[in-house]
Amino acid sequence: MPPDKEAIAEQVFSALADPSRRAILAALASEGPATATDLADRLPITRQAIAKHLALLAEAGLVTPEPGERRRVRYRLRSAPMQVAQQFLAALARDWDRPLEALAQHLNRSARTPTTSPLEHARGRHG
Amino acid sequence: MPFPDRIERTVELAHPPSKVWTALTTADGLGAWFGNEATIDLRPGGSGWMRWTEGFSADMRVERVEEPTVFGFTWHINGLPDDDPRRTYVEFTLEPVGAGTRLTVVESGFAQLPEDAYRSAYDGNVKGWASELGELVDYLDAA
Repeated sequence: MPPDKEAIAEQVFSALADPSRRAILAALASEGPATATDLADRLPITRQAIAKHLALLAEAGLVTPEPGERRRVRYRLRSAPMQVAQQFLAALARDWDRPLEALAQHLNRSARTPTTSPLEHARGRHG
Repeated sequence: MPFPDRIERTVELAHPPSKVWTALTTADGLGAWFGNEATIDLRPGGSGWMRWTEGFSADMRVERVEEPTVFGFTWHINGLPDDDPRRTYVEFTLEPVGAGTRLTVVESGFAQLPEDAYRSAYDGNVKGWASELGELVDYLDAA
């Protein structure tokens, strides 16, 4: 089944809306795969709450469970959904308004200045 | 709620298309209003870059050159890793309006996600790291 970008972005953003889940994802991102017990040692969240959040994150495809040491389940962050959410943010973060204003100003400015040869122009820019 | 794929802006400029074209498609022009410094090889498939004094830069690949009406290039999506193959397409369209120009810019491709790219991006990352870490372990074991 092809992944639905909108559904993926929604899962990432709802996961990130919760401070505990944000802390869990941040811990997995910065320190690598970890078990619920590892995370409970590191974060001010109960092991039960961490287990619940991890199950939800695994269901959403944001973390992958894998066999760890002593038959404990380790969770690994999945970067692919995050990259989809990044694309969403990239569209929001792209600013064309300021460059286009700068273009209009550039054209107005160069209309007022007397014509110079390309060489003089280059000298002016670097000097 | 739609995933934003496309950004479109139109501005009216009080200058003829030939002048706007020069500002959009020359190193001097791009370096004056868009970046702080630029180069461009103005032909389809040609490359260019812009640099900003803040320390970031953008590489462009020229895609369409139809003087003085259409200029298109692709570039990297901001915020994605440098080795990510996905790029957005930026197209400027210039239309004469009286003595001036109506300039439209469309940037599209933010929502591109072929399933293959999705899988290979993910699998590639995982395999890449697994094999690099595996090589490191081998190296350390051998030492």
